[in-house]
Amino acid sequence: MDKFIQVDGLVVPLDRANVDTDAIIPKQFLKSIKRTGFGPNLFDEWRYLDHGEPGMDNSKRPLNPDFVLNQPRYYGAQILLARENFGCGSSREHAPWALDDYGFRAIIAPSFADIFCNNCFKNGLLPIVLDIASIDDLFQAVTASPGYHLKIDLEQQSIIAPNGVVYRFEVDAFRKNCLLNGLDDIGLTLQHVRKIKEYEARRKLEAPWLFT
Amino acid sequence: MGTQTLYDKLWNGHVVHEEPDGTTLIYIDRHLVHEVTSPQAFEGLRLAGRKPWRIASMLAVADHNVPTTDRTQGIADPISRLQVETLDSNCDELGITEFRMADVRQGIVHVIGPEQGATLPGMTVVCGDSHTSTHGAFAALAFGIGTSEVEHVMATQCLLMKKAHAMQVLVEGTLGKGVTAKDLVLAVIGKIGTAGGTGYAIEFAGSAIRALSMEGRMTVCNMAIEAGARAGMIAADDTTIGYLKGRPFAPQGELWDKAVGYWRTLHSDEGAQFDKVVRLDAAEIKPQVTWGTSPEMVVAVDGNVPDPARESDPVKRSSIDLSLKYMGLQPNTPITEIQIDKVFIGSCTNARIEDLRAAAEVVRGKHVAANVKLAMAVPGSGLVKQQAEREGLDKVFVEAGFEWREPGCSMCLAMNADRLESGERCASTSNRNFEGRQGPGGRTHLVSPEMAAAAAIAGHFVDVRNF
Repeated sequence: MDKFIQVDGLVVPLDRANVDTDAIIPKQFLKSIKRTGFGPNLFDEWRYLDHGEPGMDNSKRPLNPDFVLNQPRYYGAQILLARENFGCGSSREHAPWALDDYGFRAIIAPSFADIFCNNCFKNGLLPIVLDIASIDDLFQAVTASPGYHLKIDLEQQSIIAPNGVVYRFEVDAFRKNCLLNGLDDIGLTLQHVRKIKEYEARRKLEAPWLFT
Repeated sequence: MGTQTLYDKLWNGHVVHEEPDGTTLIYIDRHLVHEVTSPQAFEGLRLAGRKPWRIASMLAVADHNVPTTDRTQGIADPISRLQVETLDSNCDELGITEFRMADVRQGIVHVIGPEQGATLPGMTVVCGDSHTSTHGAFAALAFGIGTSEVEHVMATQCLLMKKAHAMQVLVEGTLGKGVTAKDLVLAVIGKIGTAGGTGYAIEFAGSAIRALSMEGRMTVCNMAIEAGARAGMIAADDTTIGYLKGRPFAPQGELWDKAVGYWRTLHSDEGAQFDKVVRLDAAEIKPQVTWGTSPEMVVAVDGNVPDPARESDPVKRSSIDLSLKYMGLQPNTPITEIQIDKVFIGSCTNARIEDLRAAAEVVRGKHVAANVKLAMAVPGSGLVKQQAEREGLDKVFVEAGFEWREPGCSMCLAMNADRLESGERCASTSNRNFEGRQGPGGRTHLVSPEMAAAAAIAGHFVDVRNF
């Protein structure tokens, strides 16, 4: 997994609540057996005016000029500013893969759906929860100032706005450590092989029907 | 230990290791696998030179991409076909039990697990699919995971987690005639919202829950994720145990007796504390119909489409505006005046035998309305299909103008050829009414099987209680 330490990135605002993973990456792109290449189809149904299917040349498709990612001032954005319950719905990890592949490194929202939030951490994408008042401030600021950047520092758990305001955020200590060091979860778990085997041996005695 | 909730018991029973900050290694008893979320996990395992920890814990099936029409020609779409073939070859290579497309046991992963007795009380059950919460109906701790976690479970038989908060949804009383488990859970989502259960594991309890069949309980737990909760669960009782007896993967003989003894302890203790309790009166629940693009956008069938002008919160008002625009609906329209184009009876929410029986009773001797272009009944598994055909339900559906299909996820998410065209409106027994879920531009209204069947006959939503 890629490390996440600091990001100084352009912010794009996606001003709607309950953005679900079907919207983030529509189902026809889930037929891929790869982990990469989902970026061009991120938010496909909002981003393009035609219907997208796997294998199309996305550079030739008509863009929806009203969709925020298509506005030139937001090209190259690395931070997505969103509303509550971002990432609800299906467990598809293709959603964070698509966000990551597009170039996003962090998402700031008042709340995230649980499975999506988990999937982000597994992919070096940082979901940051801020209170609604701060989110409202940021929406206002980013809309009012073209080129609006935020500086995210995971070590310090802080976001620094151009006007010098610092927003503090919480992050689970274990997940923070994994992101800062780019640690592989499976490798960490396998350090506990002995304990897993002991558990299994105990469980086989207590509930043998689970091991038939 | 003091008094414990069902969730406490399931959690405590699976702790392998706990860090001081609460990060816990949880042992996984059952790993269900389907074709969409597994290929990258198998590949990751291979690239790292790892082997699955316990192959016997795995059960695989292709359900999302499979055609529901004639299967003798295989899958027409080459990309879908490759994904299913990839699952087949991964299972072959590693010796994982898989129900292939021609196997009568094939079906939607959340239908076949319980049907086979592969889901048992007291288990931890995971699958790379958010509707894994379904299996919680068996007093199991069951939840959906992403592909990285699929690989993690394959490699280690464990997951790293933090314990969620505990919520009890207490539904007392008796559901009225024509009011189903689907209406109950939609009413819960309408009450707490799609993020109401975020960070919680929900236990559904109360006399109305105890009165449900296992099929009904699965419908309720299936949609816990639509309320934001990764896991939904219901205590084990005689209904649970009766359902499991004799299922192929369920224990037998002495082991059965020993297992039943343990299963009987799988309920929240008297006086157990929940972080949050939500109460509903079953008698007040009416048949529900969603009007928007999130499952929380739901009203009773005798209600109207809401008016955004009456919403004071700007974010909510904008959500209503966007939804009504997408759904092609005017504020204040009575739900029963909404005309439909298609009907879908199926999905991991409502494709079990009891769902098909209930829908068939509504359409028996009647015919689908002229304005309904397509009405489909898609059984949840080959065995459900077989049982329905033994009971003659297929004929009831076909005579009423329905198509009777092969089992799979079908138009719940339209990864196969079954989908809505842009602008088409569907009465659907599935679980998500998101934009584009059933096909780009498609408009989904979530309802119970009885309500979908009645809408098919009338051509618009009707109150099945007076139908």
